Amino acid sequence: MVNAKILINWIYPVPILFLSSMFIGAAQAADELDVNVLYVEQRIERPPVLSNLVVWPEDDGERGAELGVNDNNASGRFLGQKYNLEKLIVAIDENPLIPVRKALAGQSRMVVLNVDAKTLLAIADMPEAADDLLFNARSTDTNLRDDLCRSNVLHTAPSRVMLTDALMQFLNKRKWRNLFLIKGNRPGDIALAESMQRSAKKFQLKIVQEKSWITDADMRRNAAQEVPVFTQARKYDVVVVTDESRDFSQYILYNTWLPRPVVGSSGMRPVAWSPVIEQWGAAQLQSRFEKLSDRSMTEVDYANWAAVRSIGEAVTRINSVQAAEVRQYILSDEFELAGFKGAALNFRAWNGQLRQTVQLVHANAVVANAPIEGFLHARTELDTLGLDEPESRCDAFR
Amino acid sequence: MNSSLAKIVGFTAAAVLPLSMSNLAFAHWAYVSNEKDDTVSVIDTETDEVIKTIDVGERPRGVTLSRDFQTLYICASDSDTVQVMSVVDDKILHELPSGEDPEQFALHPDNKHLYIANEDDAIATVVDVETRTVVAQIDVGVEPEGMAVSHDGKFAIVTSETSNMAHWIDTEAQSIVANTLVDQRPRDAEFTLDDKELWVSSEIGGTVSIIDSESKEITHTLNFAIPGISSDRIQPVGMELTKDGKWAFIALGPSNHVAVVNRDTLEVTDYILVGRRVWHMALTPEQDKLYTTNGVSGDVTVVDVASRKAIKTIKVGRFPWGVTILPSEHVPN
Repeated sequence: MVNAKILINWIYPVPILFLSSMFIGAAQAADELDVNVLYVEQRIERPPVLSNLVVWPEDDGERGAELGVNDNNASGRFLGQKYNLEKLIVAIDENPLIPVRKALAGQSRMVVLNVDAKTLLAIADMPEAADDLLFNARSTDTNLRDDLCRSNVLHTAPSRVMLTDALMQFLNKRKWRNLFLIKGNRPGDIALAESMQRSAKKFQLKIVQEKSWITDADMRRNAAQEVPVFTQARKYDVVVVTDESRDFSQYILYNTWLPRPVVGSSGMRPVAWSPVIEQWGAAQLQSRFEKLSDRSMTEVDYANWAAVRSIGEAVTRINSVQAAEVRQYILSDEFELAGFKGAALNFRAWNGQLRQTVQLVHANAVVANAPIEGFLHARTELDTLGLDEPESRCDAFR
Repeated sequence: MNSSLAKIVGFTAAAVLPLSMSNLAFAHWAYVSNEKDDTVSVIDTETDEVIKTIDVGERPRGVTLSRDFQTLYICASDSDTVQVMSVVDDKILHELPSGEDPEQFALHPDNKHLYIANEDDAIATVVDVETRTVVAQIDVGVEPEGMAVSHDGKFAIVTSETSNMAHWIDTEAQSIVANTLVDQRPRDAEFTLDDKELWVSSEIGGTVSIIDSESKEITHTLNFAIPGISSDRIQPVGMELTKDGKWAFIALGPSNHVAVVNRDTLEVTDYILVGRRVWHMALTPEQDKLYTTNGVSGDVTVVDVASRKAIKTIKVGRFPWGVTILPSEHVPN
């Protein structure tokens, strides 16, 4: 079977010549290089939560990928590149593997995956995906960057441990050393709590109390009675709560036994993106997104945007749409992406994770930007967040 | 001790004499836009004090003077307009149709065409300042920011921050004739006085690209390293090239330093510590003092060019951004 990508390069040799010299005459724009990105999403079922105020957008992530394609095309028109987003969105009860297998068959592709960890691994392990470049733009599971890493998967979503490291750096800096940990009972909450424990140890903080949340109370009415009793302890500097679906954590604030700040899933949260980020030119990205979607940009939107923009950056610099070449360039020292987060973003060569700053935010403002000043690293301070090379159990990238 | 004191006194006396003689000649005005105060501060460069603060439109950023030094153009980003202010009485004479969210601009040597970057719309707007009409709107890359017009007037440059390009606009045809790919997030563009080179700073890339105006290709890339400061914080933004062709000053954003580049050897010779998050700069007509706007610390640093030292910090409004200097001979009485 003829490889479609090779054919495209063969048909349009002219812009390649000019690009190699980093100067692009306007006239060449007539010959176009098609850059096709496949977007795969499985709609997810959100667990029931107490508050009616917690609403997740239906098109979470999808709009981020769309904006990435728009941004790529705004540059691409000067370079003779045309980016297309082919969407494959499956319903909650549908098996995504069948249509994905079909879409990946017979050609090497660049794919943005807005799916859960289990589906991601199933797709990555398909023989049809072996020559593809996949981006994990949703799952924060640390294992996917560690013992479950796959050489054909790069991650634009941060790992949980990057987020919890950022939080613990902040607590260390503020000398809030004694933590009261409240764990939610859903799998994500438990994984996040484990990550909190790991990061607390790394940054020399002490979990003085640890409790699992009580599931049978309606906190909208009872928080003032239940939470003070639940958080009764002699001494703690801060309450850390893990509640990824935001079921109960918002009711902990101002109800703790001791007057202490709440961090984690409510109060001050470590995030990869938030509508309150406006520094570093982020206001422009926010307003472009709002114009496109009539809502604010979420972390999942950001990870999807970053995946599509990473493809765009690589294709622009190497003028190739070969998945293998794009992957090689993205993992090289040359690659950098301006991600509106205060530093150039690039990927860790040992596990394919996007290095990025993590913002500590509350509902109305950014409190701090991690890595927090003072935490040093021989390579880049960004590597004080998440799995570093020596501790990595990922062999697929070696 | 006495003799060293005498030396200092003697030195000071010698230095004071030419200064006092030139009192009238050297009292320029530096106009500083305060992004979060909706004001422009005016600094007298002889005393280095703020002599007045003028209310202007919302979120003022780019500021530039007309070629005859009679009017100040102000990009009032959130008012979606360019204001034209008389330097004589600080009155806003009129507003120009600038397109949405104007951030930076450059005035053509013809004193007639203003090239404006419209950050949110990915376009550059060309306005005739006499007829106050839009002459052309040119599609450019995402988040256009830096603007420059060559001294011979042939090319206008706009840099697009997210597309990472310098677009070359032919000012006759008002259309893009070439694009040069540079490092991440290009912020500022400056032509050398002979127009042979275009300098483009890349904030996130941490570099300055020197581009040959003939071939439109990068001939050299400047890198920066300051001991004890993380490379992530070294973010080149504003640039000032001295008229004698010997030196370049590069503002390095949140590293709080200005780099001094020897343009013969293309080496960085000094890093000058200034205020926090240094954005843009302006040199006096004599090229003896450099004024830097420091966004986070809300002040302006005065750098003595000869000694490469910061000599004074002047408090201005919140988030000072742009700066331009009105030569003393045009300062109103």
